Amino acid sequence: MQLRLEKRPEPSKLLQVVTPVAAVLLTMVLGAVAFSALGYDGLGAVREIFISPLAISYKWQDLAVKAAPLIIIAVGLSIAYRANVWNIGAEGQYIVGAICGTGIGILTNDMTGWWIMPLMMLAGAAGGAAYAAVPALLRVRFNVNEILTTLMLTYASVYLLNYLLAGPFKSPTSMGQPQTVLMSAEQTLPYIIPGTIVQLNAPIAIVVALAVWLVFSRFVFGFQIRVVGSAPHAARYGGFSADRTIWLAMLISGGLAGFAGILEVMGPVGRLILQFPANYGFTAIIVAFLGRLHPLGAILAGIMIAITFVGGEMAQITIALPFAAVGIFQAMMLFLILASDLLVRYRIRVVRPGEVPA
Amino acid sequence: MTPFNRRTMIKIGGAAAALPLLGSRAFSQEKLKVGFVLIGTPDDNGWNHGHDRGRQEMVDAIGADKVETTVVTNVAEGPDAERVFRELAQQGHQLIYGTSFGFGEYMLKVARQFPNTKFEWATGNESAPNLSLYNAKFHEGRAVLGTIAGMMTKTSKLAYVGSIPVPEVRMGANAFAIAARKVNPNVTVKVVYIDSWFDPAKEAAAARALIDQGIDVIAQHTDGPVIPQIAEERGIVGVFGQGADMSAFAPNTHLTSIIDRWGPHYIKSVQSVLDGTWTESSVWDGLASGEVEIGPYNAKVPADVVAAAEKVKNDIISGALHPFAGPINDNTGAERVAAGDIIDDGEYWAVDWYVEGIEA
Amino acid sequence: MSLDLVIAIIVTIAAVATPILLAALGELVAEKSGVLNLGVEGMMLIGAVITVAVTLGTGNHLLAIVCAALAAAAAAMIFGVLTLTLSANQVATGLALTILGTGFSALFGQPYTGKSVPILRSPFPPELAADPFWRVLFGHPPLVYFALLMVVAVWWFLGRTRAGLILRAVGENDLSAHSIGYPVIGVRYLAVAFGGAMAGIGGACFPLMLTPQWVERLTSGRGWIALALVVFASWRPFRLLGGAYFFGFMMIFEIYAKSNSAFRFLPSEFWAALPYLATVLVLVLISLRRSGSTSAPACLGKPFVATA
Repeated sequence: MQLRLEKRPEPSKLLQVVTPVAAVLLTMVLGAVAFSALGYDGLGAVREIFISPLAISYKWQDLAVKAAPLIIIAVGLSIAYRANVWNIGAEGQYIVGAICGTGIGILTNDMTGWWIMPLMMLAGAAGGAAYAAVPALLRVRFNVNEILTTLMLTYASVYLLNYLLAGPFKSPTSMGQPQTVLMSAEQTLPYIIPGTIVQLNAPIAIVVALAVWLVFSRFVFGFQIRVVGSAPHAARYGGFSADRTIWLAMLISGGLAGFAGILEVMGPVGRLILQFPANYGFTAIIVAFLGRLHPLGAILAGIMIAITFVGGEMAQITIALPFAAVGIFQAMMLFLILASDLLVRYRIRVVRPGEVPA
Repeated sequence: MTPFNRRTMIKIGGAAAALPLLGSRAFSQEKLKVGFVLIGTPDDNGWNHGHDRGRQEMVDAIGADKVETTVVTNVAEGPDAERVFRELAQQGHQLIYGTSFGFGEYMLKVARQFPNTKFEWATGNESAPNLSLYNAKFHEGRAVLGTIAGMMTKTSKLAYVGSIPVPEVRMGANAFAIAARKVNPNVTVKVVYIDSWFDPAKEAAAARALIDQGIDVIAQHTDGPVIPQIAEERGIVGVFGQGADMSAFAPNTHLTSIIDRWGPHYIKSVQSVLDGTWTESSVWDGLASGEVEIGPYNAKVPADVVAAAEKVKNDIISGALHPFAGPINDNTGAERVAAGDIIDDGEYWAVDWYVEGIEA
Repeated sequence: MSLDLVIAIIVTIAAVATPILLAALGELVAEKSGVLNLGVEGMMLIGAVITVAVTLGTGNHLLAIVCAALAAAAAAMIFGVLTLTLSANQVATGLALTILGTGFSALFGQPYTGKSVPILRSPFPPELAADPFWRVLFGHPPLVYFALLMVVAVWWFLGRTRAGLILRAVGENDLSAHSIGYPVIGVRYLAVAFGGAMAGIGGACFPLMLTPQWVERLTSGRGWIALALVVFASWRPFRLLGGAYFFGFMMIFEIYAKSNSAFRFLPSEFWAALPYLATVLVLVLISLRRSGSTSAPACLGKPFVATA
């Protein structure tokens, strides 16, 4: 008896939905075993990291706050990755978006008007898109690998932030600390559920995911990205331009990352600070893959990863589990989901001895 | 704040806290639960280590039967911090310490939602009815280190490796340079920032590059013992422990150290919560009250240097010497503080220049 | 600038450049076989923490380095199984490996945090190693020489041996390599394992010659620089050597620029960002010279599935 892989004509729809759930469940089982073997409270770790944030209602607001930026960035990355454009510098675009939006915020800090918030958001998205346009241009014009340019520009963006906070953006009332002024009430996203910390960015994240999904599945432009991504040569014959796809993929993913950045400033962070870069841009890459590069999947995956972060902190407080454990759980989850990809695309067939393979 | 306002605020805060309290767990209330939120890990041998040692000192003094502590490590400034503070408050911690400047914004937010929980913000600058401030005058210790460095350097080239250009780091470098030039007017001090509170590889690279240039005494304002290790490896004249005694990492080059002693403050403030006497306050003490200590001197520090260092220390304690007493020129040569004048505690935070002799 | 200072700078640069060079050499071989492993940083961290554990446990540096190489190669095998056997996406798997390495090393390293690790010193007699002039050649820890040796070895292997030819063929055109009968997957497994081992040794450099201790995230992003360096060097071992030392120079230059008023005409953050911006610039220049095509292995990052 022998196992054989057979390519499915169409990726299995059912398994696309089932495998991420299975991956999470398997992570919980393996994690409990592994951490028990290491001498930690394995079951407690799984309970705190995966169950408590859901079971305790006052943690839901934290999940919303943590998941919102992850979802917005991951939606953009899903589009880019489907087009085979490997933007791994969303972190940098997130930072530059926040910088541009905050620039408007500083200029309008003592003004009032309905236009201020939309303008800041627009500047954020534009900043992120512009920062992603550099690698896009280099890829299209000079065929420079975008994986490395996006990453290098992420490092550069951190120093840009440091520079601005040390001088041009520094608040006059910050007692010398490298931070901007606090965003005014006119520049702060409203709280949507009274008595909680959930701000407008949470519903915005859902709307962004839905809108992108709609555009992606219903309109030609989405089709273009799909075709070019899966078969560049076919796309060229079909009249689609590979260059245009790269541009679109980079601008959309960069723009959404920048948008997420300014929403954080207008939301939970409240101002630009040195510690603003919170790895959302990198974490969103996991979210995108966990969500199977699907905008709606990104919503669920974003919440899932938020659960592990929030739960990881709780585990540190309640059972003194080192926070590093969260990284191990996340990596395990991602490994399993990537491994299960095979099952989506291939069928495992048992070939009996003597049987002629089909 | 009028009583009326305070009551209104408590009501609002109560309402805010009531909804999320659904589903909260039951906790035993026998012991006082105290939370510590750290930006790094207690085993950094520096800043976070200092706070953790203070915590242990406090637990030993108060008694493990009366107080129970929770330490949350590696908390990023921003919404993550806000969540951790809220989680601690929610889980029944009645006193919560936040040990980084950047936590303040978020502590203030959470403090409004939990008016019955006490908060204390290290190095902070804005208090609230249930949020106190505490800080230490590390620059007083820097003056002692500067005296030793100025007397012991052979090349007259000193360096100060800083983390991030914030007032405390800048003023630490200023205090160090002023004291060093008082005993040795030829001294120059190079100030290098590694642009991070924590990047050991860059700290090490900075230390090596500075030593290559002939610098033979390095003071640091970063959180770990990498620089003493490099100094030991290269065998320069001296290096100082920051936050804790780091002599184990550099037995021959570690001249002395500035030790952060948060224990006395933690004991006092925890006791006041137990007694029900805790009130909003702002503490900024230094050598005099023991929050800042000078560690043991290395045997290789000559007796006259030890004597000079001790004199600076004792004069600061007695008030005879102020680390920022004029005349002080900045590093462009312009006079900033006239003779007979000082930079007082209020002006301290606004200084954005370096004193004469500093290259940055 | 005195000769002493120049020599001091060269010795410092060699120390800073060596871990990046070692990790990049491993990644170069993996990429030449067509595999892009973004997990370098994670594998370096695993190598670093294992080195600390073994050095503190046994005091044997060589054993520590071997264990670091084996542990990082084992971690690379997780990546191998996923991307080669299960043909998972290489970018995502590599990132997951970095996350795993960061988490694992932080957890595993906890008992070792804050302990001094005895460092490696020059293997040459002190008359040479400590001589003000000759230390420029003889004053380095053994891993510096090992890295130089590996540059030659990798160059020789890729360009002068049959096995190297097969490896390159697999990276350039996996389908035809397969049809000739070369074991595509097997070759890639070996290349990935080699990449892991070299990243592990690169990680070992941190506690043994740069920052003699263990702390979380000890390698502070140098693995990513190693990745950039491979492209920077357009997949050539000797250019990698030049690139690594150039990077080392840039990192040290930053410190000089920050502490000398002569460089005050630009903000210090600019000098800190310069190595990264320079990489982007060099990538552009390289592709300009090749008129629009890079010398990247044609199958880089693409999964290979053998069809019967």
